[in-house]
Amino acid sequence: MNPERIAEHIPRLRRYARALAGDQHAADDLVQDTLERAINKRHLWRPGSDLRAWLFAIMHNVFVNQLRSRQAHPEDALDDDALPAVAPTDGARLEIRDLQTALALLPPQQREVVLLIGLEQLTYAEASHALGIPIGTVMSRLFRGRERLRLLVTGAQSVPALKIVK
Amino acid sequence: MKLSDNELHAYVDDRLDAESRRAVEAYLAQAPEDAARFAAYREQNAALHAAFDPVLDEPVPDGLRHISTTRHAARVAVAAGWLALGAVIGWFANSLLTDRPHALMSFSRQAALAHAVYSPEVRHPVEVGAAEQEHLVNWLSKRVGAKLRAPVLTAEGYELVGGRLLPGESGAVAQFMYQDGKGKRLTLYVSRLAGKQRDTAFRFSQEEKVSVFYWIDGALGYALSGELPKADLLNVATTVYKQLNP
Repeated sequence: MNPERIAEHIPRLRRYARALAGDQHAADDLVQDTLERAINKRHLWRPGSDLRAWLFAIMHNVFVNQLRSRQAHPEDALDDDALPAVAPTDGARLEIRDLQTALALLPPQQREVVLLIGLEQLTYAEASHALGIPIGTVMSRLFRGRERLRLLVTGAQSVPALKIVK
Repeated sequence: MKLSDNELHAYVDDRLDAESRRAVEAYLAQAPEDAARFAAYREQNAALHAAFDPVLDEPVPDGLRHISTTRHAARVAVAAGWLALGAVIGWFANSLLTDRPHALMSFSRQAALAHAVYSPEVRHPVEVGAAEQEHLVNWLSKRVGAKLRAPVLTAEGYELVGGRLLPGESGAVAQFMYQDGKGKRLTLYVSRLAGKQRDTAFRFSQEEKVSVFYWIDGALGYALSGELPKADLLNVATTVYKQLNP
């Protein structure tokens, strides 16, 4: 496979990573690791299959590994910069930050499903394939994730520990 | 009749055919709680797009774009480099057996050989990297026994990778390595020449795939090697010469 074909998907990988990881720095780390792995393993991609779904599957593995290593080094997870921030002065930004804050409060497994389907518009079958889980599990995570996100966004006052950007 | 969550979410994601969609809409029309909830889910999808679609229009950072293009190009260049090495070694061994090359001719061959040996190297292409350029130049100058300079080839599209020290016929030789955005490498081989030499104009030699422009300037011999068309290499060699003779 020509690596140029992987390059075509970088903007969408970045969009998904930004929503998944929260901040731009962590997101680009995720994209970089995903691209490196994809280039190294490109002989494993089956010609004719959906390259985008394959890349999302790789990103899922990288993401899970990053979560694991963060759990092994909890001090990283407590880094203030990693917390989503709220800008109180700008209405439009505030909405986005609220959404990002709410996303960050979703369990990662639900966040992945909600984003792959709601943002990246994968079919349920593609999401099942990318995440390596049965379609029934995709659906139950989607149901719970969407409901939790709805409650978080509508009940924004109950979201704890918002960081205020000065 | 209550519809399944599967159908209602498929409605949110526009995955239903027209008939099923009408059935869901008919259901939601008489189920206000579900109607509000699934409308909120649809808004969620719209909000996700509003928040994150702008990322699609951001320029891709060079670091990310290069992973998927340069590394591949570099690997191709590396593979080509190893092929060139085999060819040059074979040819070099042959020429050692069959004739005693003129000193300057031998110089360009050694430069081509050194290029073919080190330019495909991925992990250790140089001994001292460009980050320590001052140390690199001072060290090589001291060992070669002449004041050396590493030309700046940025305008030609090449950045200094670093350099290394090599053994030559008349003592230590310096090799500076440069690389372009696609991983294509050039090396500048600089040696103090034995005996008294006259300055020369550029000379060109083609050692299998490696093109070499070489010349003598004062007590030093220079050879610029690379696997690129003669005219392109000449262009870079001219820049090198001008910078070393301002």
